[in-house]
Amino acid sequence: MNWHDHLPAFLVMIPLLGAFLTPFAASFGKTARNAFFMLFMALTLVVGMLLCTATFDGGVLVYVMGGENFSLTLPSGMSYPVRILFEIDAFGSLLIFCISFAAFAGALFSIQYMDRFSGWKRFMSLYFLMTTGALGMSATGDLFNFFVFVEISSIASFGLVAFWRDKPESLEASFKYMLISQVAAMLLLIAIGSLYGKYNALNMGALSSMLRSGTLERVSLALILSVLAFKCGAFPMHTWMPDAYAEAPSGVTCLLVTVSQASFYGLIRVCYTIFPAVTQGGTVGWILIALGCMSMFFGVMMAVVQHEIKRLMGYHSISQVGYMLLAMGVGLLALSDGNSNGTVAAYGLTAMKGGLFHVVNYSFYKGLLFLCAGALYYATGTRDLDKMGGLARSMPWTAGMFAVAAAAISGLPPFNGFVSKWMIYESSFAVHPLLPAVAMITSVLTLASFAKVFQAAFLGPSKAKLVAVREVPYGMLAGMAILTVMTLLLTLFPGWFMDNFFENAARALLDRQGYIRAVLGGM
Amino acid sequence: MRPLSVIVTSVCDLFAWFMIVFGAYVINNGHNTPGGGFQGGAIVATFLSFMLVAYGGKRFRAWVREGVYGFLEFLGLMAFFIFGCLGFPNSFFYNSPAISWGQKPLSEWIPYCGTISLMNVAVGFEVIGALSLVIVYMYGSIQMIDTGAGMGGERGHDRYDR
Repeated sequence: MNWHDHLPAFLVMIPLLGAFLTPFAASFGKTARNAFFMLFMALTLVVGMLLCTATFDGGVLVYVMGGENFSLTLPSGMSYPVRILFEIDAFGSLLIFCISFAAFAGALFSIQYMDRFSGWKRFMSLYFLMTTGALGMSATGDLFNFFVFVEISSIASFGLVAFWRDKPESLEASFKYMLISQVAAMLLLIAIGSLYGKYNALNMGALSSMLRSGTLERVSLALILSVLAFKCGAFPMHTWMPDAYAEAPSGVTCLLVTVSQASFYGLIRVCYTIFPAVTQGGTVGWILIALGCMSMFFGVMMAVVQHEIKRLMGYHSISQVGYMLLAMGVGLLALSDGNSNGTVAAYGLTAMKGGLFHVVNYSFYKGLLFLCAGALYYATGTRDLDKMGGLARSMPWTAGMFAVAAAAISGLPPFNGFVSKWMIYESSFAVHPLLPAVAMITSVLTLASFAKVFQAAFLGPSKAKLVAVREVPYGMLAGMAILTVMTLLLTLFPGWFMDNFFENAARALLDRQGYIRAVLGGM
Repeated sequence: MRPLSVIVTSVCDLFAWFMIVFGAYVINNGHNTPGGGFQGGAIVATFLSFMLVAYGGKRFRAWVREGVYGFLEFLGLMAFFIFGCLGFPNSFFYNSPAISWGQKPLSEWIPYCGTISLMNVAVGFEVIGALSLVIVYMYGSIQMIDTGAGMGGERGHDRYDR
């Protein structure tokens, strides 16, 4: 047996076992509990990294559960797959890379951030479950299982958003998220059920090979698109996002950012791999572009007026998702242009690479920003920017790491945010000059907003109430440092990451036949 | 919440136990009839709500041990995970008993179906524990409202309280 073959199974098994074992491990005291938490998160990270290396040579990993053999995709001579099936290509492993890193950094940060609170068993179990859900969403090759993993991550996040259950704001945020999310989940189930009713298959590759354009397919696509756009926080379905991001503990928010990216993964997978028969005309591409522009602009406009640091960052998340939607919409348009001869127009490939680069950038710098906001809350006891000031002197490490993340999200050269945004500007210009204009205005407003946050929190005279504030503990700094290092690596070596990661991921996304072939063989 | 009349408690004494038997039947036969671990577990968990409604909150509190239900949850989840992974690396919850025990029924009650019937039992334990705890906590919330504590009486995680 080659254990390497079973990496897709380990990816979900490890955090799931962590979630189930938590009550047992937590009963052995604080040190054992913390060691257990970090050990399982580290194992998840290692498996995630190994999966990335296994798929970035352009291969597709397929793993069958519940079949006669883990590599048998068509059991008993069937013409379509019926088992629970994981299918991971370079695009999927890009998301796995982001999720496993963010989950590890968030866990490391939470060890000391949450130390003064009780309810650790629940916190750890739900954190593991949310990680399982997000990783499963990126790994599954089956639409129904995608729904199951969406539900696992959603239900775990409802509990984590309402973790401080004595605060009415937390309960309200969680309840709002739960209400909208469950309606959305039902719509997703209806769409998946409709497709199953017609095509008798749930496997993404099998569906992709059979799906033809029709009314039912258009309605299903519309439902799936709206649900996943809601889950990734696109305007105007964004209302849950600032509340949930603000009220969840900061380590959780860091992971929530990547959970929303897993939904974005689903949205892109559906548009590019499953529904090209419907998306070919270009309408869906324009819908993504419109959603992207609205999310960018309105997200940042709502962010600049905020005074509560995590809420402000929540609104910026909407705006950042807009960049990715714009990029992938442009890619979809280019695919429609070049599909007759099986190629994609060059600007489309640039847009897709830029969009995927932005997904990774966003996961790291936005996670880092939320951890910095958590550090500020930990040290000062407030999230109100008006009550902070002069903290750079007492919290120099936090200030430095915040500055890196703020510069990256604002797209300042030479940071990684600049590279991905530049690729998006360049490629969207080929579609319409107004698109990069909207994106640039958004970027300028983002810079203004983060300049305000940095000035309000870290510069100026110290507030009298904050003279006793000290730097946060090393454990929290270590969690933040992981994401800072990743942001700096992406800044220093964008070319290497582009050649080895994003190029392969974009090409894997375009290689629909390869994705289908991995499951259906030569069909 | 006050106890109901002697008629209700007598009927409850008689029928509440049938819910457990029926739930166990649904759990055990989930692999070849409608039902399964979740459905059967939910039926068994109604036992606790019968007791609460019939005998009132005071006696209910005296009977209930939260740790027991927590343990049932843990036991069910771990059993679910272990049975699920029995077939690893061949198959996951498909044919591992077939490999190790041959293609025979596991018992008169559980015909051959891989590990699915065992996983039904595991899920049943988990759901019994979890839904019973949900009933206990929901009753706790009702008590808070009844005593006028309202939502302000909810205990947060800002201190070591458990």
